[in-house]
Amino acid sequence: MPWTHIYADKEDWEGLAPEKGLRSLSYVQALNETQELLLESDPAVFVLGEGVDDPGGVFGSTLGLAGKFGKKRVLDLPIAENGMTGVALGAALAGMRPIFVHMRTDFLLMCADQIANHAAKWRYMSGGNQGAPLVIRAIIGRGWGSAAQHSQALQSMFLPVPGLRIFTPATPYDAKGLLVWAVKSKDPVLFIEHRWLYGSVGYVPEGLYTVEPGQAVVRRQGTDATVVAVSHMNIEAARAARALSARGISIEIVDPRTIAPLDMETILKSVEKTGRLVICDCACRTGGAASEIAARVAEAGPSLLRAPVARVTFPDIPTPASPVLEEAYYPGAKDIARAVAEIMP
Amino acid sequence: MSLAEEKVRGLLETMVLVRRFEEKIVEVYGAQDMKSPVHLCIGQEAVAAGVCANLKPGDLQFSTHRNHGHCLARGADPAALYAEFYGRETGCCHGRGGSMHPSFPELGIPGTTAIVGGTIPLAVGAGLAFSMRGQDNLAVAFFGDGASDQGILAESVSFAVLHRLPVLFVCENNGYAVASPLSARQPDPDVSARMAGFGLPTVVEDGNNAAAVYVAAAEAAARARAGEGPTFLEFKTYRWQGHVGPECDVERGCRPAEELAAWKKRCPVALFTRALLEKGVVDEAYVKDLYEKTDQRLDKALAEARKSPFPDPADIGRGVFAETGKADS
Repeated sequence: MPWTHIYADKEDWEGLAPEKGLRSLSYVQALNETQELLLESDPAVFVLGEGVDDPGGVFGSTLGLAGKFGKKRVLDLPIAENGMTGVALGAALAGMRPIFVHMRTDFLLMCADQIANHAAKWRYMSGGNQGAPLVIRAIIGRGWGSAAQHSQALQSMFLPVPGLRIFTPATPYDAKGLLVWAVKSKDPVLFIEHRWLYGSVGYVPEGLYTVEPGQAVVRRQGTDATVVAVSHMNIEAARAARALSARGISIEIVDPRTIAPLDMETILKSVEKTGRLVICDCACRTGGAASEIAARVAEAGPSLLRAPVARVTFPDIPTPASPVLEEAYYPGAKDIARAVAEIMP
Repeated sequence: MSLAEEKVRGLLETMVLVRRFEEKIVEVYGAQDMKSPVHLCIGQEAVAAGVCANLKPGDLQFSTHRNHGHCLARGADPAALYAEFYGRETGCCHGRGGSMHPSFPELGIPGTTAIVGGTIPLAVGAGLAFSMRGQDNLAVAFFGDGASDQGILAESVSFAVLHRLPVLFVCENNGYAVASPLSARQPDPDVSARMAGFGLPTVVEDGNNAAAVYVAAAEAAARARAGEGPTFLEFKTYRWQGHVGPECDVERGCRPAEELAAWKKRCPVALFTRALLEKGVVDEAYVKDLYEKTDQRLDKALAEARKSPFPDPADIGRGVFAETGKADS
């Protein structure tokens, strides 16, 4: 299926798309198109965030929308993240479908009160009377010395908040389908993007379609080890698969696509087949999606494992600034390949 | 502005309802079976009554931990509130919210939060929605002087002024955040003076005078509905009980007894009742009857709540999400 594949390099896809007659878009184009279609089709939808109407258009993801839909529906905001999250939530409670955009996930901590105490709890504490259909887009930054406050991956901090769904699309196809699902949902969604996925290309159908949360996809079939990859780690995993394949090791790549809810059924099915598990997450090591997946596998199927679980994550260190240190900080295809090789017999 | 007699009686009825509703909680709380932290608004009834009397269908209001009066003034069923405080399935939140989170979406109360200041931007967001849709509805943010310590108030007021949103910022200044007096928390205890810098009309009124509250809120509501933007309403009032629970702070030594005594002399319910009696809008028999009918209604509500079923523990996860797929568990 063209939408399940990860194309690790742009050239991989460019050769393929015309051949199969498929439309290819980059991840950022998919995000932009999705918001455009949603703004067009539903008057309740609006996009808000600091800089959503500026010449950069949040790395291109909102570019041109203000021109087409006006600055009231593509609304620039003051840098008052918590208050403005409350404003977005209030609008949602009053029947609107806001898409609140943050250029960095780091800024989510500024609005943690409105996200965790308010939006996520609203339906439950109202006894199910009233939902809070708020979508928050936030981008994980990386590189060029972005350092400790502009390249964190803080989605893990919201994992233990009941009432929140957390989406981590890795492909343009999923970015579109999951964003449509999020905006049509009656409950809040944290939509986590990765800056380094913005240029990756893939098959994206025209029009509106949805991808259901809690449904992982097997990106690549394999027999020797299961590699669960979150967000941008899918690109690295695809590269690792090639390198390992040359050494005769076959990995199966599973992309959960949403870390809340988590589709453990697909992950366990794959582990049952391979007997080995490497979990790759774009986040620090402790308390993240990788830890959660490992814990759930330990609960549901410890006997499936023929080797210890391995995790490939950021270290528990703040993101450094120097390019040399960045290089040392971020795990990539080589680290995944090494982790797999280490648990092979 | 003179108030129509019906409206005036409505204000009195609301205040008596709120007063007796809260007093009955004080009466039953010692039994320790109302297992919910109650933040009583005895002494502050005029604000809820005077503001909510200006609201119409479609207007949204957002309240705080001290919300009972605001809910009742908007028409909430006392039985649904009491049942909620008793943790029953028949409560307005089916026992999931308790005293701090009542929700009556059909009445314009989407929900209530108990993080100080947290609901202020929600009213602004609702105002933004009304403005985007060209509706003449408005949104009310109720909060105390404690919330004026929070940065989120500044963020919210500023944004509402910038976009001329139909919002009433209603500050019930009762002088205390838990037990800390305003003067110990802010260099300038004049909340309205601080807010005026954001460029919106500010009104300071006697929060124990229901008619004055009503008139101030009516003017602010008219401005909001006419697209003229938000108003900051500060009502000076006083909380007779402690921050939470049925006791009084004075008994715990938290506040000077003379201060409480002075405010009790200015009881909003008594003041309004006296004014209506003097003007001949109501007579003693009417007032007596009002209290009797209110008590009957509340006693019935309490009795109903106490014998209502508890939620089924097997249903503990109901309402986390609207849609529940296989992977939501």
